[in-house]
Amino acid sequence: MAILSKDEAQALLKKVLSYSTADECAVSLNGRTTGNIRYARNSVSTAGSQNSVSLAVESRFGKRSGIATCNEFDDATLKRCVQRAEEIAKLAPESPEYVPLLGPQTYVSPPSTAATLLTAATRAQAAADSMALCAAKNLTAAGFLDGGTRFQALRNSKGLEAYQQSTNTDFSVTVRTADGRGSGYAIADVTDPAKLNAKALTQRAADKALNSVNAKAIEPGKYTVILEPAALMDGGDLSLLGGLMYGLDARSADEGRSFMTKKGGGNRKGEKLFDERINIYSDPMNAEVPGSAFDGEGLPTKRLSWIEKGVVKQLYYSRFWAEKNKTAATAFPSGFIMTGGTQSTAELIKSTAKGILVTRLWYIREVDPQTLLYTGLTRDGTFYIENGAIKFPIKNLRFNESPIIMLNNIEAIGRPQRLAGCLIPPLKIRDFTFTSLSDAI
Amino acid sequence: MKRRDFVGLTGLATGALFLPSFPSLGNTVDPLRLLEPGLDVAQKKRLADVGLNAAKSAGASYADVRIGRYLNQSIFTREKQVQGISSTESFGCGIRVIANGTWGFASTNNVTDAGIAKAAQLAVQIAKANSKVQKEKVQLAPQRGYGEVSWKAPIQTNAFEVPIKDKVDLLLGVNAKALDLGVSFVNSILSQVNEQKYFASTDGSYIDQDIHRIYPSFGVTAIDRASGKFRSRQALSSPVGMGYEYLTPKAADKVAGPTGSDIIGYKNSYDMLEDVAAAAKQVKQKLTAKSVVPGKYDLVLDPHHLGLTIHESVGHPLELDRVLGYEANYAGTSFATLEWKAKGIPYGSKQVNIVADKVTPGTLGAVGYDDEGVKTKRWDLIKEGRLVDYEKIRDQAHMVGQKESDGCCYSQSWQDVQFQRMPNVSLQPGKDRLSVDELVSKVDKGIYIAGNGSFSIDQQRYNFQFGGQVFYAIEKGKITEMLEDVAYQANTQEFWNSCAATCDERDFRFFGAFNDGKGQPSQSSAVSHGSATTRFNGVNVINTARKLG
Repeated sequence: MAILSKDEAQALLKKVLSYSTADECAVSLNGRTTGNIRYARNSVSTAGSQNSVSLAVESRFGKRSGIATCNEFDDATLKRCVQRAEEIAKLAPESPEYVPLLGPQTYVSPPSTAATLLTAATRAQAAADSMALCAAKNLTAAGFLDGGTRFQALRNSKGLEAYQQSTNTDFSVTVRTADGRGSGYAIADVTDPAKLNAKALTQRAADKALNSVNAKAIEPGKYTVILEPAALMDGGDLSLLGGLMYGLDARSADEGRSFMTKKGGGNRKGEKLFDERINIYSDPMNAEVPGSAFDGEGLPTKRLSWIEKGVVKQLYYSRFWAEKNKTAATAFPSGFIMTGGTQSTAELIKSTAKGILVTRLWYIREVDPQTLLYTGLTRDGTFYIENGAIKFPIKNLRFNESPIIMLNNIEAIGRPQRLAGCLIPPLKIRDFTFTSLSDAI
Repeated sequence: MKRRDFVGLTGLATGALFLPSFPSLGNTVDPLRLLEPGLDVAQKKRLADVGLNAAKSAGASYADVRIGRYLNQSIFTREKQVQGISSTESFGCGIRVIANGTWGFASTNNVTDAGIAKAAQLAVQIAKANSKVQKEKVQLAPQRGYGEVSWKAPIQTNAFEVPIKDKVDLLLGVNAKALDLGVSFVNSILSQVNEQKYFASTDGSYIDQDIHRIYPSFGVTAIDRASGKFRSRQALSSPVGMGYEYLTPKAADKVAGPTGSDIIGYKNSYDMLEDVAAAAKQVKQKLTAKSVVPGKYDLVLDPHHLGLTIHESVGHPLELDRVLGYEANYAGTSFATLEWKAKGIPYGSKQVNIVADKVTPGTLGAVGYDDEGVKTKRWDLIKEGRLVDYEKIRDQAHMVGQKESDGCCYSQSWQDVQFQRMPNVSLQPGKDRLSVDELVSKVDKGIYIAGNGSFSIDQQRYNFQFGGQVFYAIEKGKITEMLEDVAYQANTQEFWNSCAATCDERDFRFFGAFNDGKGQPSQSSAVSHGSATTRFNGVNVINTARKLG
């Protein structure tokens, strides 16, 4: 029963709510059916399948709250789960940040992501195609293909009802030369696996691997860079743009401990902090990257402009912080869309007199939250550009740079591409700070 | 940044969202339920046999079944209030098989005869599908079955049995102390893990284990409203493989840092109130501390800092799966290839003796048997600066001409497939008697670094950059003043070859990493790293201060 329909999920949640004796009660169901294959050294390494559903119950007496969950669904277990949430609520301290549960909400209906999913056999075939392409060129492929369906359903005693199902498939591949002197990378995520072209992505990674052999060392310093989307946003790890967008939190800014803090108090919402060509918004209805219609509390998502013409237009307000500041609460979006132009990465290279093309950044960590300074390294395809063309591969470099400074040093913005549930363009940036060389390939 | 990562930003999923470091994001359950016994061993054996038999019937040449109950409890507070109490449980079964020389895996939370048999069949089906595109058949190092055995972490007090009120009182007491001492903000957290794991394999092992971990921590922030400057200082605690006894401070477990540094390190017990008082004082000093002049310095690194440097620059490059290329697409490969090892190039100076272990009581890595039924042990990785061995599991041993696993296979939950993970990796203390003050007295121009801060290293583990929590200048053998904006950049081999001296065993203690990530889908594991305060000569220090327009 990993994936329940809207009616099945709501019927189950309604039954759970009927067992509640609390002042307020909220219940949620989450489920997934996923499958993956992993390969390395041109051979399959591991593969697996995961199926699970879980129920969470939050009971409230006044400002006291308790949570319990279970992953079995017979009536006795469901009743016990509700009772336990109520017992904890009665023992819990009152929360000074209590806000009542939401009542009924109206949600948008994001474009459907329903799709025919890959099977164990089709996943194996995609991996085989990727490996065969590499083996034929004496290259070594390591990749990961993972996909499935998930659902979330919410219901509460104030009449809120929400349900959404989504499918997603993620693929990434790193191709290395047999002697380990060259490495290339490609990544994509799609809602419909039919749109995934693992062969073409592998070919792109293979080309980068072959072209990155015999990398030259250059002096660390400030360079014009072209950052491909995979160097700007990452699905799992901290990234330059992801870190910035996560950091747009009103509370930490108001409290004085954020790059968004205003000297003397308050926050910098409304200030122009970036180049006027920077526009970032979120929109659950976007056809290319359909988003979640609601957040974990059931607050509806909608189109929100976060940065417009370089001005910060929106900060994240939790329901508590919004109430305290007499403003609207924010449903945090499932992805961001950065607007751009029409130029491809290749066209950005053509217009570059001297610079560096960066395929991917790695192990990014915050160095100073005051300036949002990050460090990390280039990886899997770093090239020197001269007079509008790639001249030679270069050794990887460590950077120390802040996305705030970076988005003020914009030279050009390319055509946005889907990555990690976001639309992100390649960016050409001047004076990007590299501080040391790495021998890693 | 994916949809599924954001669905639960608030409300019911808040607890789970605040637990990114947790091995298994299970279901939230009430604390009392965590004390209820799970299935007894006889029931688990019977269910495991159902899985093993179903796998064999479907064509598996090898199978292992893990039935796991993973309990987590975390309490989050800030200033005078509790932000959340999250108690989660995750129960289910994972089945790994070899069919046609290929791995297959499936997991289910339907822990019944039918559910387990179905998962076993699915695992075999996946293995067979993949065997068609398989190039290297799996070869397992031989492993004798142990029969029915068990292992329990040697804890004194099960933290799950301590009333939540006591834990809340401790954390709010820590916060009150920090606020009394004038910090602007304080967060504190107490996390506990209990893994109740049952392993059975077609080799004839039936292993029941009970593993406990605990992690108390806090962060204090000081703000200078006039300048808008803010600084923070995190706790110098370590996650450990212990029970609640870790939170009963003992004088014998406290180790003073160098004279003039105001640092106290902790061994097998932790004084959270003492540490937060030190942190409150230090975080205010950080606001006005001198910004470091970049250049070459001799570094004196305390064990709470050096543990993470060991983790990144020794623990990871010696994981054999990285060395062989299995992690090329995500966590990366390693400079320490088999060819590099054969050349006999020094990894470090003669001072550098590094051991791996899965047995030291109280550490995060300690278990009786790993997640593929191998009894754990201790072994040398680097002897007098030379690389002598790697970290490996059953299907890797033959690739380096060895006949046995090192017993470091681990899965974060029943839902995920087990694979090679890092054991405890520790720098041995110096054999000659050497105190921290004696070590510092020989340094002419240096920096003493306590606590771990920002850390980053490349995917082959050459180039790294590390920050810290508290920095002190050393001039002519003495600590002189606090510094800020310090990070050092180094190359792994140059760094370890610059290791000049390490204090003796009186100063030795363990640092812990609670959430080491590797694999696709990514899994978390916990590991400890021991060392004594150690000196490294001539390391490149950068200044991290920047100005925004």
